[in-house]
Amino acid sequence: MTPVLELKDAAVRYRGTAADVVADVSLAVEAGESLALVGESGAGKTTLLRLLLGLARPTAGAVRFDGAGLNPRDREQMRRFRRSVQCVFQDPYSSLDPSRRVGAIVAEPLRSLGLDSRSTAAPKVAAALERVGLQADAVDRYPHEFSGGQRQRIAIARATVCDPRVLLADEPVSALDVTTRVKVVDLLAELKQERGLTLVMVSHDLSVVASLCERTAVLERGRVVEQGATSQVLGEPGHPYTRRLIESVPRLPV
Amino acid sequence: MTGTDLFTPTKRRSRRSVTLVVGCVLAGLIALLAAVSLFWLPYDADDTSGGRLAGPGDGHLLGTDKLGRDLFTQVMTGSRIAVEAGLGSVLIAAAVGITLGVLAAYAQGWIDDTLSAFLDILIAFPTLLLAMLIVAARSATLGSAVLAIGLAQSAVVARLVRILVKRVLAQDYITAARTSGTSWPRTVLSHVLPNIWPTLVVNLALQFGLAVLAEAGLSYLGLGAPPPNASWGRMLQEAQATFTTAPAGALAPGILLVLLVIGVNLIADGLRDTLDPATRRRRA
Amino acid sequence: MTLLDVRGLTVRTDDGRILVDDLSFTVAGGERLGLIGESGSGKSLTTLAVLGLLPDGMTSSGSVELAGTQMVGAAERSLTGVRGRDAAVVFQEPLTALDPLMRLGRQIAEPLARRTGLTGKHLRGAVHQALEQVRLPEPDRIARAFAHEVSGGQRQRVALAMALACEPRLLIADEPTTALDVSVQAEMLELIDGLVREREMAVLFVSHDLAVVSRVTDRVLVMKDGRAVEQGVVHDIVRAPRETYTRALVASARKLESALDLRSAP
Repeated sequence: MTPVLELKDAAVRYRGTAADVVADVSLAVEAGESLALVGESGAGKTTLLRLLLGLARPTAGAVRFDGAGLNPRDREQMRRFRRSVQCVFQDPYSSLDPSRRVGAIVAEPLRSLGLDSRSTAAPKVAAALERVGLQADAVDRYPHEFSGGQRQRIAIARATVCDPRVLLADEPVSALDVTTRVKVVDLLAELKQERGLTLVMVSHDLSVVASLCERTAVLERGRVVEQGATSQVLGEPGHPYTRRLIESVPRLPV
Repeated sequence: MTGTDLFTPTKRRSRRSVTLVVGCVLAGLIALLAAVSLFWLPYDADDTSGGRLAGPGDGHLLGTDKLGRDLFTQVMTGSRIAVEAGLGSVLIAAAVGITLGVLAAYAQGWIDDTLSAFLDILIAFPTLLLAMLIVAARSATLGSAVLAIGLAQSAVVARLVRILVKRVLAQDYITAARTSGTSWPRTVLSHVLPNIWPTLVVNLALQFGLAVLAEAGLSYLGLGAPPPNASWGRMLQEAQATFTTAPAGALAPGILLVLLVIGVNLIADGLRDTLDPATRRRRA
Repeated sequence: MTLLDVRGLTVRTDDGRILVDDLSFTVAGGERLGLIGESGSGKSLTTLAVLGLLPDGMTSSGSVELAGTQMVGAAERSLTGVRGRDAAVVFQEPLTALDPLMRLGRQIAEPLARRTGLTGKHLRGAVHQALEQVRLPEPDRIARAFAHEVSGGQRQRVALAMALACEPRLLIADEPTTALDVSVQAEMLELIDGLVREREMAVLFVSHDLAVVSRVTDRVLVMKDGRAVEQGVVHDIVRAPRETYTRALVASARKLESALDLRSAP
């Protein structure tokens, strides 16, 4: 089975810097699977996510979508890619355009990808908002009228409205309170189950990773130091860095 | 749980709207004069029937100038010129400035540095010199003055737009637009411009006042519209010599100029207070 | 001996919204109290009110007695006497807590000099010592560096050193580890815990993270919508929460943690 998304020996180096931000990264995501990218700041998780989103090109190695190299100049491929791969961003206060109404925000992928006109998009938008637990009247309101957790749900509605195959999530719950965090994690798990979504999640929060992803890749300073089933990687970590990460998580007294 | 009394405006809220209202009244008065002047003037522009340097009264509300022309007519024509100058310059400044600013914001590396340097040079360039160059190339008309002022101001607008757009481009909703497949021009129109317009509008309102003053200055120096088109600046220049004996010739345009600029600045202040807090919502 | 005595503290905005509602709690000398709540609970505003640092547009009423000084409605002059001497703060975001244009050594030197009156070589030695106490390696390099030249964890340690330089009786920490990486967070918590015990300082520790709070405090006060929901010994609250909200909070935290246990099960 060709993996839906793949990174093969990818490396990224920014202009004017001496070192690679990420190097020798090989990751494969099969359809229906969920992969977590774990690491601390400076590990290169965001860079990898940008590669997987087609927002950055690798300075070495390749990014593949459905087995074919991802070419930002190939409009037809990018259209298919954007329709199949959507993203939920970290900061719910920055990922929604404050000057637009929620309805327009959620409909954007449908309109920009030429999938729907304004009238045919409306029912899909309503369905997407309902699915994430928001009222239908949300379409006419502005983002600032909603809380952080609700905004993240709006972002999830936007990311799922065009029925993508892959959902990329960049620390989707880090900015949320713990009670909201649990609800959004549950929502993502449900969506994954219902639609057979492939999930690639970047996170530094190991418990969220453990709740949602079957496979985990641990990143340290731009390199993958450990990769495998989450139960293995987090249960019996092989690499000392992974062990340190797990031991650092503050635990509630039993 | 204490609620908020929605019908008692807080001190701050009422102070804001007073600024806006006073500004609108002052500027509106001048705008009204200008509008009326398009349809009706008490005397013809070159009617020199009145006595020379007559005081107010006897058919001439403000008196006459040294050639016997009615001052009130001139003041009304001047108001039209002032408004035209302000609007024209601001339109040019906005069109050129926004375009350059957006381009500069998207530019990276050396292109960005070069564009910024170019804008800085343009800002430092004296408007007066620019006006003289344009007038020499074309001729001394209101159009030349407006073009010169508009171009000079466009650099300031471009600088502002560049920084506002850069701030917007750093937001995640721009990245989200990209991953939603939104094209670059569409992103600028639906995501960038709507998020910069409050600050931009306030700045353009201030530029209006500056443009009016700049045109008056250019006319005073003889670089604006030639007589008998009575720009307030030129009226001031002509009335200079006879100020002690017939002050109305200088006071009328001078005071109205001040009122218009203050009015527009108050509108800008009032707009800023009402627009900015609403757009800069933060989490509690 | 009560160091901080808050009684009926209410914080409201100029247009009448109530952000902190009739809050009361005490912190005795050497005691460690945690303020736990989600966003909008008013916990950060409480710490600002305690120090008299509320932003414009907000007023506080009620009584806040810090080391004998009434903080509510007090003149700025009496407040500055308390801040830095009796109470010091460490905030969440180290990048904004430190002056970006001043070298770090100098930023620590200022409060030190104010308290000890040291100058020159002796002052430099004291700065060096302050940096060593927060376990920063290469204290000389850090003292000469600017804020953006060191990592987030190091910045937060410098902020902690600045707070401790005044030898305050009460350390107020508002989400000091939230912006840090998880491994750095663990070290930072251990550091704070150790230093506080050593100096027998009182601590008011604000966080949204129950696990973090239970690591560094003895008692905890749960806040929601500006009001106190439940108060008690932290282990009791976590193991047997009484109020509905506290139970929901503990349940959510445990649910997330349990995912880690299942995966980690051998």
